[in-house]
Amino acid sequence: MRVAVPVFPGSNCDHDALHACGTVMGWETIPVWHQETRLPENTELVFVPGGFSYGDYLRCGAIAALAPIMADIKRHADAGGLVLGVCNGFQILCEAQLLPGALLRNESLRFIHTDVHLRVERADLPFTRAMKPGAVFQVPIAHAEGNFTLDPADLADLEARGGVAFRYCSPRGEIGASHVPNGAMNGIAGIVNLRGNVLGMMPHPERAVDPRLGPTGGLGVFRSLAEAFAGV
Amino acid sequence: MKVRVSVQLKSGILDPQGKAVEQGLHGFGFEVEHVRIGRLIDMDVPGTDPAEVKAKALAMCEKLLVNPVMEKASIEVL
Repeated sequence: MRVAVPVFPGSNCDHDALHACGTVMGWETIPVWHQETRLPENTELVFVPGGFSYGDYLRCGAIAALAPIMADIKRHADAGGLVLGVCNGFQILCEAQLLPGALLRNESLRFIHTDVHLRVERADLPFTRAMKPGAVFQVPIAHAEGNFTLDPADLADLEARGGVAFRYCSPRGEIGASHVPNGAMNGIAGIVNLRGNVLGMMPHPERAVDPRLGPTGGLGVFRSLAEAFAGV
Repeated sequence: MKVRVSVQLKSGILDPQGKAVEQGLHGFGFEVEHVRIGRLIDMDVPGTDPAEVKAKALAMCEKLLVNPVMEKASIEVL
């Protein structure tokens, strides 16, 4: 099981990703500098980490989406390889057009750092298959631009095709505007592409996997990936 | 030639920054509504034909300067 973590100037969750995949899960996890043009051979998962790539200049993720390594990440995704983008990584995948939509400034205009609850809307993905449909798990968010936005017609398409992987919810799994921390349309916390191999999410599952550091609500995502890799 | 690209959020897109500024202006007693915050990008583009230069700027908008999910742009050749 080989994971590549692209590192951009301003990435700051790359070490969280390396810790979760490498130390906690025991996968071979390789940081890849953004100027590289090739992923390590036989990379199975690309984990695009959070942070403030290129200082969020122009738009969050817009400059990183043009980095040399991104061409090979697109090739990997086109070939069916798994790509997980978290926080700024989600913004980068949207800007790179691997996922639809955009992440706007939070409705409150504030940077929000808190724990949220997510409801699993798709439990059939490589990223979610160890979880049950409708299951609720707790993970942290830490962002200023997580307000997911899409044209009404495209949003309807996304919902109709089951493109929403995770939605913000109450601890008991109830959906509603009061449970959405950032104003995201339809309470969307994470989406998946049509093929189901590229997932972007604002919350940080990789920051909730090590019992020595706190709660482990994010483990479901990594256990799912472990199952997917094992071909169970 | 000098080119100015003005990038604005599309009309349906919530602009919390504009809203905050609008409330600030209300605080000073100004009567104002629909405040929207945008971005101006000035640049020198080689060429002498305004139409050609504008076409280049349009291509830049499509490639990088504008995210069509949330933004629209107008281009001025100065």
